[in-house]
Amino acid sequence: MTQSIWRMPRWFHQMGSPKWFYDFGGILQPWFAVVAFVLLTWGVVWGLAYAPADYQQGNSFRIMYVHVPAAILSQSIFLGMAVAGAIGLIWKMKLAFMVARSCIAIGATFTIIALLTGAIWGKPTWGAYWVWDARLTSTLVLLFLYAGVMALNQAISERQVAGKATAILAIVGTINIPIIKYSVEWWNTLHQSSSFTLTSKPSMPADMYLPLLLTVLGSYCLFALVVLMRTRTQILQTQSGTSWLAQHRDITGA
Amino acid sequence: MYFESLDALLNMAGHGPYVWSCYGLFVALLGINIWHARSQNLKALKQAKALVRRNQ
Repeated sequence: MTQSIWRMPRWFHQMGSPKWFYDFGGILQPWFAVVAFVLLTWGVVWGLAYAPADYQQGNSFRIMYVHVPAAILSQSIFLGMAVAGAIGLIWKMKLAFMVARSCIAIGATFTIIALLTGAIWGKPTWGAYWVWDARLTSTLVLLFLYAGVMALNQAISERQVAGKATAILAIVGTINIPIIKYSVEWWNTLHQSSSFTLTSKPSMPADMYLPLLLTVLGSYCLFALVVLMRTRTQILQTQSGTSWLAQHRDITGA
Repeated sequence: MYFESLDALLNMAGHGPYVWSCYGLFVALLGINIWHARSQNLKALKQAKALVRRNQ
Protein backbone atom coordinates (compact mmCIF):
# COMPACT_ATOMS: atom_id res chain seq x y z
CA MET A 1 0.00 0.00 0.00
CA THR A 2 2.75 2.40 1.03
CA GLN A 3 4.63 1.53 -2.14
CA SER A 4 1.67 2.31 -4.43
CA ILE A 5 1.27 5.81 -2.94
CA TRP A 6 4.87 6.68 -3.77
CA ARG A 7 4.88 5.06 -7.21
CA MET A 8 4.78 7.61 -10.02
CA PRO A 9 1.77 7.61 -12.33
CA ARG A 10 2.64 7.29 -16.04
CA TRP A 11 1.84 10.94 -16.89
CA PHE A 12 3.97 12.13 -13.98
CA HIS A 13 6.85 9.97 -15.16
CA GLN A 14 6.42 11.38 -18.69
CA MET A 15 6.59 14.94 -17.33
CA GLY A 16 9.95 14.09 -15.82
CA SER A 17 11.41 13.26 -19.23
CA PRO A 18 13.78 16.02 -20.44
CA LYS A 19 12.83 15.36 -24.07
CA TRP A 20 9.11 15.67 -23.36
CA PHE A 21 9.61 18.80 -21.27
CA TYR A 22 11.88 20.38 -23.90
CA ASP A 23 9.31 19.84 -26.66
CA PHE A 24 6.22 20.72 -24.64
CA GLY A 25 7.97 23.76 -23.13
CA GLY A 26 8.90 24.89 -26.63
CA ILE A 27 5.22 24.86 -27.61
CA LEU A 28 4.08 26.70 -24.45
CA GLN A 29 6.85 29.33 -24.38
CA PRO A 30 5.55 31.68 -27.13
CA TRP A 31 1.99 31.46 -25.74
CA PHE A 32 3.12 32.47 -22.27
CA ALA A 33 5.15 35.32 -23.82
CA VAL A 34 2.15 36.69 -25.73
CA VAL A 35 -0.36 36.26 -22.85
CA ALA A 36 2.09 37.82 -20.32
CA PHE A 37 2.68 40.81 -22.60
CA VAL A 38 -1.03 41.37 -23.29
CA LEU A 39 -2.14 40.98 -19.65
CA LEU A 40 0.66 43.12 -18.21
CA THR A 41 0.24 45.90 -20.79
CA TRP A 42 -3.54 45.88 -20.33
CA GLY A 43 -3.30 45.88 -16.52
CA VAL A 44 -0.57 48.53 -16.35
CA VAL A 45 -2.27 50.96 -18.77
CA TRP A 46 -5.63 50.49 -17.01
CA GLY A 47 -4.08 50.88 -13.57
CA LEU A 48 -1.94 53.90 -14.46
CA ALA A 49 -4.29 55.92 -16.61
CA TYR A 50 -7.88 54.76 -16.16
CA ALA A 51 -8.36 53.52 -12.57
CA PRO A 52 -9.71 56.20 -10.20
CA ALA A 53 -7.40 57.64 -7.52
CA ASP A 54 -7.70 56.25 -3.99
CA TYR A 55 -9.68 58.48 -1.61
CA GLN A 56 -6.93 58.26 1.05
CA GLN A 57 -3.65 57.61 -0.77
CA GLY A 58 -4.36 59.57 -3.95
CA ASN A 59 -2.35 58.45 -7.00
CA SER A 60 0.43 56.72 -5.06
CA PHE A 61 -1.92 53.72 -4.70
CA ARG A 62 -1.20 52.97 -8.41
CA ILE A 63 2.10 51.44 -7.22
CA MET A 64 -0.11 48.56 -6.04
CA TYR A 65 -0.38 47.25 -9.64
CA VAL A 66 3.32 46.34 -9.66
CA HIS A 67 3.98 45.94 -5.92
CA VAL A 68 1.23 43.40 -5.14
CA PRO A 69 1.97 41.04 -8.09
CA ALA A 70 5.68 41.14 -7.18
CA ALA A 71 4.92 40.35 -3.52
CA ILE A 72 2.51 37.50 -4.41
CA LEU A 73 4.94 36.02 -6.93
CA SER A 74 7.94 36.29 -4.58
CA GLN A 75 6.15 34.01 -2.12
CA SER A 76 4.48 31.60 -4.54
CA ILE A 77 7.71 31.11 -6.50
CA PHE A 78 9.51 30.18 -3.27
CA LEU A 79 6.74 27.68 -2.49
CA GLY A 80 6.89 26.35 -6.05
CA MET A 81 10.66 25.99 -5.76
CA ALA A 82 10.26 24.00 -2.53
CA VAL A 83 7.58 21.75 -4.09
CA ALA A 84 9.78 21.11 -7.14
CA GLY A 85 12.70 20.39 -4.80
CA ALA A 86 10.58 17.97 -2.77
CA ILE A 87 9.50 16.16 -5.96
CA GLY A 88 13.15 15.89 -6.92
CA LEU A 89 14.08 14.47 -3.53
CA ILE A 90 11.17 12.02 -3.24
CA TRP A 91 11.04 10.68 -6.81
CA LYS A 92 14.71 11.37 -7.68
CA MET A 93 13.58 13.42 -10.67
CA LYS A 94 16.47 15.45 -12.11
CA LEU A 95 14.10 17.66 -14.07
CA ALA A 96 12.38 18.79 -10.85
CA PHE A 97 15.74 20.03 -9.56
CA MET A 98 16.21 21.92 -12.84
CA VAL A 99 12.78 23.57 -12.42
CA ALA A 100 13.62 24.49 -8.81
CA ARG A 101 16.92 26.00 -9.96
CA SER A 102 15.09 27.99 -12.67
CA CYS A 103 12.87 29.56 -10.01
CA ILE A 104 15.72 31.14 -8.02
CA ALA A 105 16.64 34.22 -10.12
CA ILE A 106 13.09 35.17 -11.10
CA GLY A 107 11.86 34.66 -7.53
CA ALA A 108 14.67 36.85 -6.15
CA THR A 109 13.87 39.49 -8.81
CA PHE A 110 10.20 39.64 -7.79
CA THR A 111 11.27 39.91 -4.12
CA ILE A 112 13.62 42.82 -4.91
CA ILE A 113 10.81 44.52 -6.88
CA ALA A 114 8.37 44.00 -3.97
CA LEU A 115 10.87 45.47 -1.48
CA LEU A 116 11.91 48.44 -3.64
CA THR A 117 8.41 49.40 -4.80
CA GLY A 118 7.17 48.94 -1.23
CA ALA A 119 9.89 51.27 0.04
CA ILE A 120 9.03 53.89 -2.59
CA TRP A 121 5.30 53.54 -1.80
CA GLY A 122 6.11 53.89 1.92
CA LYS A 123 7.54 57.40 1.51
CA PRO A 124 4.33 59.24 0.47
CA THR A 125 2.14 56.92 2.60
CA TRP A 126 4.03 56.46 5.88
CA GLY A 127 6.62 59.25 5.51
CA ALA A 128 9.52 56.75 5.50
CA TYR A 129 11.14 54.48 2.93
CA TRP A 130 11.72 51.72 5.44
CA VAL A 131 10.35 50.69 8.82
CA TRP A 132 11.28 47.52 10.69
CA ASP A 133 7.74 46.27 10.37
CA ALA A 134 6.95 42.52 10.52
CA ARG A 135 5.80 42.30 6.87
CA LEU A 136 8.80 44.22 5.52
CA THR A 137 11.32 42.39 7.68
CA SER A 138 9.96 38.93 6.84
CA THR A 139 10.06 39.84 3.12
CA LEU A 140 13.69 40.93 3.54
CA VAL A 141 14.36 37.54 5.16
CA LEU A 142 12.78 35.96 2.05
CA LEU A 143 15.31 37.82 -0.12
CA PHE A 144 18.14 36.49 2.08
CA LEU A 145 16.71 32.98 1.70
CA TYR A 146 16.73 33.37 -2.09
CA ALA A 147 20.32 34.62 -1.86
CA GLY A 148 21.23 31.59 0.28
CA VAL A 149 19.60 29.16 -2.14
CA MET A 150 21.39 30.86 -5.05
CA ALA A 151 24.77 30.79 -3.30
CA LEU A 152 24.36 27.14 -2.29
CA ASN A 153 23.35 26.18 -5.81
CA GLN A 154 26.39 27.85 -7.31
CA ALA A 155 28.84 26.67 -4.65
CA ILE A 156 28.31 22.97 -5.42
CA SER A 157 29.57 21.96 -8.83
CA GLU A 158 27.88 18.55 -8.99
CA ARG A 159 24.36 19.33 -10.25
CA GLN A 160 22.58 16.48 -8.51
CA VAL A 161 24.12 17.28 -5.10
CA ALA A 162 23.45 21.01 -5.63
CA GLY A 163 19.83 20.19 -6.49
CA LYS A 164 19.38 18.15 -3.31
CA ALA A 165 21.03 20.78 -1.09
CA THR A 166 19.00 23.67 -2.51
CA ALA A 167 15.79 21.60 -2.30
CA ILE A 168 16.37 21.04 1.44
CA LEU A 169 17.12 24.74 2.03
CA ALA A 170 14.03 25.76 0.02
CA ILE A 171 11.81 23.34 1.97
CA VAL A 172 13.14 24.61 5.31
CA GLY A 173 12.78 28.22 4.10
CA THR A 174 9.05 27.82 3.42
CA ILE A 175 8.50 28.34 7.15
CA ASN A 176 8.93 32.05 6.35
CA ILE A 177 5.97 32.10 3.90
CA PRO A 178 3.14 31.86 6.49
CA ILE A 179 5.10 34.35 8.62
CA ILE A 180 5.01 36.87 5.72
CA LYS A 181 1.36 36.14 4.96
CA TYR A 182 0.03 36.38 8.51
CA SER A 183 2.50 39.01 9.79
CA VAL A 184 -0.10 41.76 9.33
CA GLU A 185 -2.54 39.81 11.51
CA TRP A 186 -0.14 38.43 14.14
CA TRP A 187 1.62 41.71 14.84
CA ASN A 188 0.55 45.32 15.01
CA THR A 189 2.08 46.52 11.72
CA LEU A 190 2.05 49.62 9.55
CA HIS A 191 1.55 47.49 6.45
CA GLN A 192 -2.04 47.16 5.28
CA SER A 193 -3.75 43.76 5.06
CA SER A 194 -4.07 41.83 1.76
CA SER A 195 -5.49 43.80 -1.18
CA PHE A 196 -7.49 40.76 -2.25
CA THR A 197 -7.86 37.12 -1.33
CA LEU A 198 -9.17 34.06 -3.15
CA THR A 199 -11.94 33.54 -0.62
CA SER A 200 -13.52 36.97 -0.16
CA LYS A 201 -14.97 39.72 -2.35
CA PRO A 202 -12.50 42.61 -2.90
CA SER A 203 -13.16 45.76 -0.87
CA MET A 204 -12.19 47.92 -3.86
CA PRO A 205 -14.40 48.85 -6.83
CA ALA A 206 -13.96 46.74 -10.00
CA ASP A 207 -12.11 49.58 -11.76
CA MET A 208 -9.41 49.27 -9.11
CA TYR A 209 -9.09 45.51 -8.61
CA LEU A 210 -9.51 44.26 -12.19
CA PRO A 211 -6.23 45.88 -13.37
CA LEU A 212 -4.57 44.24 -10.34
CA LEU A 213 -5.98 40.86 -11.32
CA LEU A 214 -4.56 41.37 -14.84
CA THR A 215 -1.07 42.27 -13.60
CA VAL A 216 -1.07 39.32 -11.16
CA LEU A 217 -2.07 36.85 -13.90
CA GLY A 218 0.37 38.47 -16.35
CA SER A 219 3.19 38.13 -13.80
CA TYR A 220 2.40 34.42 -13.34
CA CYS A 221 2.60 33.95 -17.13
CA LEU A 222 5.91 35.85 -17.22
CA PHE A 223 7.23 33.63 -14.43
CA ALA A 224 6.15 30.52 -16.37
CA LEU A 225 7.91 31.86 -19.48
CA VAL A 226 11.20 32.47 -17.64
CA VAL A 227 11.09 29.07 -15.88
CA LEU A 228 10.47 27.31 -19.21
CA MET A 229 13.35 29.20 -20.84
CA ARG A 230 15.78 28.50 -18.00
CA THR A 231 14.79 24.83 -17.63
CA ARG A 232 15.11 24.25 -21.38
CA THR A 233 18.56 25.89 -21.20
CA GLN A 234 19.58 23.41 -18.47
CA ILE A 235 18.23 20.53 -20.57
CA LEU A 236 20.43 21.72 -23.48
CA GLN A 237 23.45 21.88 -21.15
CA THR A 238 22.97 18.46 -19.56
CA GLN A 239 21.58 16.47 -22.50
CA SER A 240 23.92 17.73 -25.23
CA GLY A 241 25.53 14.31 -25.68
CA THR A 242 22.24 12.42 -26.13
CA SER A 243 20.95 11.12 -29.45
CA TRP A 244 17.46 12.68 -29.13
CA LEU A 245 18.94 16.16 -28.79
CA ALA A 246 21.47 15.59 -31.59
CA GLN A 247 18.54 14.77 -33.89
CA HIS A 248 16.27 17.54 -32.58
CA ARG A 249 15.12 20.18 -35.08
CA ASP A 250 16.50 22.97 -32.83
CA ILE A 251 19.98 21.46 -33.35
CA THR A 252 19.73 20.17 -36.91
CA GLY A 253 17.69 23.19 -38.08
CA ALA A 254 15.46 20.89 -40.14
CA MET B 1 -8.77 58.39 -19.16
CA TYR B 2 -8.87 59.40 -15.47
CA PHE B 3 -6.43 62.31 -15.99
CA GLU B 4 -7.34 65.43 -17.92
CA SER B 5 -4.00 65.80 -19.73
CA LEU B 6 -0.71 64.03 -20.34
CA ASP B 7 0.97 66.41 -17.89
CA ALA B 8 -1.51 65.43 -15.18
CA LEU B 9 -0.83 61.74 -15.93
CA LEU B 10 2.93 62.27 -15.62
CA ASN B 11 2.68 64.42 -12.50
CA MET B 12 -0.10 62.46 -10.73
CA ALA B 13 -0.70 65.33 -8.32
CA GLY B 14 2.86 65.14 -7.01
CA HIS B 15 3.03 61.34 -6.79
CA GLY B 16 4.42 60.92 -10.33
CA PRO B 17 8.09 60.37 -9.34
CA TYR B 18 7.09 57.61 -6.87
CA VAL B 19 4.69 55.87 -9.23
CA TRP B 20 6.78 56.08 -12.41
CA SER B 21 9.99 54.97 -10.69
CA CYS B 22 8.18 51.83 -9.45
CA TYR B 23 6.92 50.98 -12.93
CA GLY B 24 10.39 51.67 -14.33
CA LEU B 25 11.93 49.25 -11.81
CA PHE B 26 9.31 46.60 -12.59
CA VAL B 27 9.94 46.78 -16.36
CA ALA B 28 13.74 47.09 -16.07
CA LEU B 29 14.32 44.24 -13.57
CA LEU B 30 11.93 41.82 -15.28
CA GLY B 31 13.31 42.86 -18.69
CA ILE B 32 16.87 42.04 -17.52
CA ASN B 33 15.64 38.66 -16.25
CA ILE B 34 14.00 37.75 -19.56
CA TRP B 35 16.99 39.01 -21.55
CA HIS B 36 19.39 36.96 -19.38
CA ALA B 37 17.25 33.81 -19.65
CA ARG B 38 17.02 34.26 -23.45
CA SER B 39 20.75 34.91 -23.92
CA GLN B 40 21.67 31.86 -21.78
CA ASN B 41 19.26 29.78 -23.86
CA LEU B 42 20.83 30.92 -27.14
CA LYS B 43 24.33 30.30 -25.76
CA ALA B 44 23.40 26.75 -24.67
CA LEU B 45 21.81 26.07 -28.05
CA LYS B 46 24.96 27.27 -29.83
CA GLN B 47 27.16 25.05 -27.63
CA ALA B 48 24.91 22.01 -28.20
CA LYS B 49 25.05 22.57 -31.96
CA ALA B 50 28.86 22.87 -31.85
CA LEU B 51 29.12 19.62 -29.85
CA VAL B 52 26.95 17.75 -32.35
CA ARG B 53 29.06 19.11 -35.24
CA ARG B 54 32.28 18.01 -33.50
CA ASN B 55 30.90 14.51 -32.93
CA GLN B 56 29.83 14.05 -36.56
